Amino acid sequence: MSSEGAVSVIQVVGLFVAGPLLVGWMRKVRCLMEGRVGPPVHQVLRDTVKQIRKERTRPEQASWVFAAAPVVLIASTAAVAWLIPLVSTRTSWGASADLFAVVYLMLVGSVAMALGALDSGTAFGGMGASRAVMIGALAEPALLVAILALAIPVHSSNLPVVISGGISHPLWLASPQRILAFGAFLIVVLAETGRLPVDNPTTHLELTMIHEAMVLEYAGGDIALVTVGEAARLALLLGLMANLFLPWGIATHLSMGSIAVGLAVLIVKVAGFGTLVAAGEVFIAKVRLFRVPELMAGAFVLSVLAVVAAVVGA
Amino acid sequence: MRLSALARYLPSRKRLPEDLPPPAESGDCLDRDRPRSRGSLQLRHVDAGSCNGCEIEIASIFSPVYDAERLGFRLEASPRHCDGLMVTGPVTRNMAGPLAKTYHAVPEPRMVVTVGDCARDCGVFRNAYGIEGPVDSVVPVDLHIPGCPPEPTVIIASLRSVTGR
Repeated sequence: MSSEGAVSVIQVVGLFVAGPLLVGWMRKVRCLMEGRVGPPVHQVLRDTVKQIRKERTRPEQASWVFAAAPVVLIASTAAVAWLIPLVSTRTSWGASADLFAVVYLMLVGSVAMALGALDSGTAFGGMGASRAVMIGALAEPALLVAILALAIPVHSSNLPVVISGGISHPLWLASPQRILAFGAFLIVVLAETGRLPVDNPTTHLELTMIHEAMVLEYAGGDIALVTVGEAARLALLLGLMANLFLPWGIATHLSMGSIAVGLAVLIVKVAGFGTLVAAGEVFIAKVRLFRVPELMAGAFVLSVLAVVAAVVGA
Repeated sequence: MRLSALARYLPSRKRLPEDLPPPAESGDCLDRDRPRSRGSLQLRHVDAGSCNGCEIEIASIFSPVYDAERLGFRLEASPRHCDGLMVTGPVTRNMAGPLAKTYHAVPEPRMVVTVGDCARDCGVFRNAYGIEGPVDSVVPVDLHIPGCPPEPTVIIASLRSVTGR
């Protein structure tokens, strides 16, 4: 196997272990700020291992779509983790790590989950799916336009090129278009991963749920796949955001030392972003569903302004 | 401002919750051969007709004072994600069907924990109009937590006998 292939394998395997640990860490941060001790960081992994050993119930009227959705979620997340520069800018098939390809590969997983929720045939599944698709449809243009602002200075939408450009031109990172695009990117990541203020991941109220409502019918091994898949998506998006806006430390050549440093720096960056997101969540409440479009419109305005700044600056 | 209040509060707070005693031995009515996971127990709470006294105590075990979540206990929104049910109150006629349905929605292996005296013998509601019977007349009960209502420390100690942590 080539060295690029080894980097990709590290990224995929690392992401599916680190994702649940990141979710556990973010819960820990929240608990500490609320004055509680909270569960250990590896609690999500422990719960997942237990779920795998349990019975896998499926709704009587559900078809293969319901069973396939968690697998598609995992597969799309793994495909993105294989391509994109997380630990190193030199991944296997790095030429295919196009920003637009990555966004739509992630979308395959989201659409599969929405179809699986519809297929469960319950009222809450359909309601959660319709809400998730609405938010996804509003978040997608904001994300694509924000990405355009990053692609304009390097004349390429290829992720390794964008990130290498950021390393070789540190002044770009403090430019208006980067800062505006960062705001848009952050709001979209929070919406896509179902965090506050768009969705509350710890809610028990079915009527307010978005992501949780879609997975109410999954049990046993299926819910384990969903939990790991969504945790890995959160880690992946935070890692991508960290590398796009703070690219220092990522390995640019394929020596053992630089890959080890890249991995360590990535863990620090993702844990840092996770801490900030979790600490921020303590202070805010979920916005009403009908105000989510306003939030997404705000993200879209930020990304349009970022493109304007990029075109004027270039 | 809230941030400055938090900055003053976090270093000054007393360490809550206080240290726990070692976990109790397995509950007497619990099948010792039941496969279970150490330190992870998710339950779906079903109020089968309770006066809400037990609900107040259950809510407080997840408060900062008792913080049962640090031991791996959580109340989940869906019975499909759970290891069992936590049932309170005598079973009313209207709740007998939903309770049985919820029980069958939990994936195997599943357990039922009853909280409070009413769940065992209907308490003051015994022979009342609208009461179907105690919880074990509708679904099999694995663990009973006595009290009217049980104190949070008692609930936590009994749940720890299930997870062994």
